[in-house]
Amino acid sequence: MMPFVPVLLWSDILLWLLVAVCLAGALMARRSEHLRAPWRRIGGSASGMAAMTVLAAFFLIGLLDSVHYRPRLTPQAGQTTANYGVEVLSVLDALAAPLKNHPEKTYSAPLAIRLFSREAIEEAGDRVVWSYPRLVYGGASLGADTAGAGRDLLTTASVGAALGLAVWLLLAWPLSAWLPPGRGRKSALATLAALLLLFGMLLALSAHYHVFGTDKVGQDVFYLTLKSVRTGLMIGTLTTLIMLPAAVLLGILAGYAGGWVDDLVQYLYTTLNSIPGVLLIAAAVLMMQVVIDNHPAWFATAAERADARLLALCAILGMTSWTGLARLLRGEALKLRELEYVQAALAFGVSRLAIMLRHILPNVMHIVLISVVMDFSGLVLAEAVLSYVGIGVDPSTISFGTMINAARLELAREPVVWWSLTAAFSFMFALVLSANLFADVVRDAFDPRTRMSE
Amino acid sequence: MFAYILRRLLYALPILVGVNLITFALFFVVNTPDDMARMQLGIKRVTPEAIEKWKAERGYDKPLLWNDNAEGSRKVTDTIFYNKSLRMFVGDFGSADDGRDIAAEIGLRMGPSLAIAVPVFVLGLFVTVSFALLLVFFRATYLDFSGVVLCVAMMSVSSLFYIIGGQYLVSKVWHLVPISGYAGGLDAAKFLILPVAIGVVSGIGSGTRWYRTIFLDEIHRDYVRTARAKGLSELAVLFRHVLGNAMIPILTGVVVVIPTLFMGSLLTESFFGIPGLGSYTIDAISAQDFAVVRAMVFIGSVLYIVGLLATDISYTLVDPRVRLE
Repeated sequence: MMPFVPVLLWSDILLWLLVAVCLAGALMARRSEHLRAPWRRIGGSASGMAAMTVLAAFFLIGLLDSVHYRPRLTPQAGQTTANYGVEVLSVLDALAAPLKNHPEKTYSAPLAIRLFSREAIEEAGDRVVWSYPRLVYGGASLGADTAGAGRDLLTTASVGAALGLAVWLLLAWPLSAWLPPGRGRKSALATLAALLLLFGMLLALSAHYHVFGTDKVGQDVFYLTLKSVRTGLMIGTLTTLIMLPAAVLLGILAGYAGGWVDDLVQYLYTTLNSIPGVLLIAAAVLMMQVVIDNHPAWFATAAERADARLLALCAILGMTSWTGLARLLRGEALKLRELEYVQAALAFGVSRLAIMLRHILPNVMHIVLISVVMDFSGLVLAEAVLSYVGIGVDPSTISFGTMINAARLELAREPVVWWSLTAAFSFMFALVLSANLFADVVRDAFDPRTRMSE
Repeated sequence: MFAYILRRLLYALPILVGVNLITFALFFVVNTPDDMARMQLGIKRVTPEAIEKWKAERGYDKPLLWNDNAEGSRKVTDTIFYNKSLRMFVGDFGSADDGRDIAAEIGLRMGPSLAIAVPVFVLGLFVTVSFALLLVFFRATYLDFSGVVLCVAMMSVSSLFYIIGGQYLVSKVWHLVPISGYAGGLDAAKFLILPVAIGVVSGIGSGTRWYRTIFLDEIHRDYVRTARAKGLSELAVLFRHVLGNAMIPILTGVVVVIPTLFMGSLLTESFFGIPGLGSYTIDAISAQDFAVVRAMVFIGSVLYIVGLLATDISYTLVDPRVRLE
């Protein structure tokens, strides 16, 4: 009997499909010089490589969180068949089990060993003291020696930093052989060192403490932020992935075929575009909620329902954002149609479908790539706003938006509870900033206009 | 000119019909009124009578497109599509779930929305364009570079952070302005300063970068070289020549948003408790008041189309080469 059953969520499948497509694309790009050149330019850019390193770290977290399973329950005596839990876990949950399974009672500050609020504690001899109780897990290894907390934090953090450095030394050697020498390599290695140092310290500390504190119901905030990464990445990548086929097909078709096809496609995207994005999303999400709530039988587990809702949100966001890409592609196809090589293909009797696939599509792919990368950061930010407003992901899905929504009143408390918001905003900032920097470098490397002006 | 505007208005009609059909499909075909009633009344314990009552109260108990039981032209007019969708063209949006007339409510809430949106728009445009001109004046220096870095950093901050952080710092720590609320007349100022300031600051990052690219595109043109060769100072070149010629791309992005200012800002209004159209929409979304959301979608599209038309007309005002025929 297996100790677990794998669970394939639709979003997992799509994300891994995307990874496979990226790998295949990378293998193809390796073979031809004109595809390798822009990537070499990215490899030589300091900010691009630093951003790529940070993004890779985020994607690693997100991918670990995208392998799901249901663990086997401990069998009862005399039981022959295996029972599997209803809770769907991911590999990240298993790795971060100490974070997930060590809830406190309520708020506690980052690295604290006591609760944030005072409670009546019964001491030996029926004495009741009004004081801050010790945390159940945070700093439990200290025992009664609470005075040594500062020293313990320092030693744990330095051990973590040393481990991070050791991992860096292991990784740096093959990486420096693989990456082309130059400013890009230097900045990638430096960013990696900083990330590993930071992560080493966070991980070492999180084994015994709540590094970012705990939230209202006592959940570890560091765990919540790690889980939010996957939701952000899903929204940022799957949205463009879902809308991509429609946008590419309609855009190229409108530009190349012209005539009534062009009019129809233009009418379609002008109409969709003229509805304000947020309102269209709000209306569509409201309607999706009605569908999901009216068909509870469609989903076996709560995780599946949340996943369906995440995918539906991606589709809805994609529906409102494909118009921009389709318009760009139409314009480009219109231009390419008149170029000599397309005219020559036409004169040789190549069919119009083949021209679109073999001659137009490869020559607009840089626009597709640039727009996918440029849209990413905006979508991550949009997820937070939409979830905050209540038209985003399922309330049970951990995301930056739901974290901020849950913590919306914490700054009004006295004394202020600042750590949930700070953690959510800083992780989101790191993700969006690196995505923005990476997008700039990708655009500069792939856009023929900027290449010509060099 | 008049003929052009008339023709553009006629072009806009099929788009509005399309919007109307999309909202109709979204609100009445994807889910039947029965589904919506079940959703609002609670899925589990709902009786058919309660559903019928809910539908009758809102006028959802009619057929969707064609009423066989009615006489003459009422076969078409006594339907959901006619009453709920087509009537929006004449400004009849029906009533919200609390029984109030949506059109009247919109008229009432427009003022507070504009009181925030217009200052944010005007100040924001002024600040971002001047900041961009400054960066372009010092182009290819460390000032320009650090300005761009700052812009990218500001773009990467969530708009929620600007609002939550600004509200915490200014209202709670410094006690400069009330945290939220609204008052009519001149008293409104103290409630408006903070949301307007936050609105302007949160737009600086992306705005400045956008205008900076526009200006940099212009600054390599021949006419700029000519102007410099005539001995004009760099400032005169920037303000008189570059800014003037950059007006077309600037207007393309700017004029289209002016009509949509009426819609207000969803986040700012709900955070600061301002009774505008943005918070109206947010409240409708969280209360699942479908009639209000439907009305706002339609009005938003009308305003956007008006904005597109205004953009085209504004070209003739700044560019003598453009003639609308």
